[in-house]
Amino acid sequence: MSFPWANEYKPGHPLMQWLDEKLPLPRFVYNAVGAGYPVPRNLNYAWNFGVLAGFCLALQIVTGVILAMHYAANQGVAFDSVEHIMRDVNWGWMMRYAHANGASAFFVVVYIHIFRGFFYGSYKAPREMIWLLGVVIFLLMMATAFMGYVLPWGQMSFWGAKVITGLFGAIPLVGEPIQQWLLGGFAPDNAALNRFFSLHFLLPFVIVGVVILHIWALHIPGSSNPTGVEVKTESDTVPFHPYYTAKDGFGLGVFLIGYCAMLFFFPNALGHPDNYIPANPMSTPAHIVPEWYFWPFYAILRAFTSNFFIIPAKLMGVLAMFSAILVWFFLPWLDRSPVRSGHFRPTFRKFFWVLFIDVVILGYCGGAPAAEPYVMISQIASIYYFAHFLIILPIVSAIERPDPLPFSITEAVLGKDEAATLAPAA
Amino acid sequence: MSQDAGTEAVLPDGEGVRRRDFINIAAVSAAGVGGVVTLLPLISQMAPSADVLAASSTEIDVSAIQPGQAIKAVFRKQPVFVRNLTPAEVEAAEKVDVASLRDPQSLKDRTKPGKENWLITMGVCTHLGCVPLGAGEGEVKGEFGGYFCPCHGSSYDTAARIRKGPAPKNLEVPEYAFTSDTVVKIG
Repeated sequence: MSFPWANEYKPGHPLMQWLDEKLPLPRFVYNAVGAGYPVPRNLNYAWNFGVLAGFCLALQIVTGVILAMHYAANQGVAFDSVEHIMRDVNWGWMMRYAHANGASAFFVVVYIHIFRGFFYGSYKAPREMIWLLGVVIFLLMMATAFMGYVLPWGQMSFWGAKVITGLFGAIPLVGEPIQQWLLGGFAPDNAALNRFFSLHFLLPFVIVGVVILHIWALHIPGSSNPTGVEVKTESDTVPFHPYYTAKDGFGLGVFLIGYCAMLFFFPNALGHPDNYIPANPMSTPAHIVPEWYFWPFYAILRAFTSNFFIIPAKLMGVLAMFSAILVWFFLPWLDRSPVRSGHFRPTFRKFFWVLFIDVVILGYCGGAPAAEPYVMISQIASIYYFAHFLIILPIVSAIERPDPLPFSITEAVLGKDEAATLAPAA
Repeated sequence: MSQDAGTEAVLPDGEGVRRRDFINIAAVSAAGVGGVVTLLPLISQMAPSADVLAASSTEIDVSAIQPGQAIKAVFRKQPVFVRNLTPAEVEAAEKVDVASLRDPQSLKDRTKPGKENWLITMGVCTHLGCVPLGAGEGEVKGEFGGYFCPCHGSSYDTAARIRKGPAPKNLEVPEYAFTSDTVVKIG
């Protein structure tokens, strides 16, 4: 792990020396996110978002544990307990808004993190495992966010739970028993609310565990960088601390300005007014939509309107929605290009931006009512989405002629690299 | 002169079955089966509990429902529509060519003999589970005169069969029986 020139942890204080012998936790931190971790010297701001995602996770856990002190997961009182948090609990409104907007902020940050990975080929060898673990984290985040949205037990909570658990009902033969098993009843009710709360509390800590694996796997090859050229010598790297703690600190400040603006000035901008109506199993809101971060996948779900061979449309939509994320697991093997960074891949770069626009279009359609022209647009966009991963990427990586790569990170930064000279000048 | 040395001396390397192999397989098998059996209660606890199942039948007095009217009752915490069809609605439903339907069923398949005017269905759209309109006073019934789901525009006819829109199936007919001329027991 790490490079031979990494700084070594040398505890000065006798207490720290004593601790280092018994439990070298400070050494672990020093080597992971301190001066003992050499990082490419040319990371740009796209590399801030891993740390920001970690910050969001911590933020959600802190605010979430506080909210759980005041919330009651019972269908008779859940809605009222949320209003109690909003009106009666000291700073309760801030905790709840911080948590609700924190979820959105978390997804913003993670989506940028993922697209950073797409563009710079961060998923490629030797970093496949980091990528795979990242996809697992994303799936866990989606499950956690969905269950969290059910807890206030408003109209959107209830009908969201009904629609999403109804997806499992699309599975042939065993679908309905599975749906009843998941809900603990025939429709979302107390049993479902309770278990969602239990799992919503548990899963963030599972995410913490997978994040630790994600960072562990990252520290074996070390961070990638915008050129995609691997680290060769010490001159290619700087220590994580103070260089990137400072850069990430600046990024965190910018992030917090945006986050606090949402939290204090537009706390409900991303929410749905219908969720301030208590859950009513007898009446459906006119327009059921999930939270914005699920829109692209929701659009894919709804894009299937007619049966496909022998597979019913509903099941096809469910399969496509899950496949839209599962396809990421195969990404390291679908993109065969030996060149990592999009900077040096002119053809790939164009298709990357088409995919980005495609996902934005899917997101827009997912939030729109299920009517024309949105259905047809999301059908076309869904086909393109899968074509990008399954057809375009393998072909582009086979036929593309990449631009010349710099010899090293140092050369990319300084314009010359002493090590690039084969023999020392006479 | 340990016991290991003794057993190894009897059998040549890589051949035969030692007592230790048997114990190993037996222990791992017993622990494996035990572990799997222990999972059963952990999984089964999530299924609907006894009180949820106990509340899974409902009795409804239908004597006050006039032809052309419908009520929304609650069955398993979900809406159920009880509708007294007018003769015209029965006729409209029977006139349809069953083979042409997405989910082919006749009105007779969906009602009890001699009670063809009583259409009892779940009020749960088979697309994504919304509550269709049409059972309440003044609600739109859709272009086939039955029910209309506002979420994604599925239209059901007067036998609550899917006719248009994304829903794959007819509105589900729950298990029910007339316990008397005016009382229906659902579930």
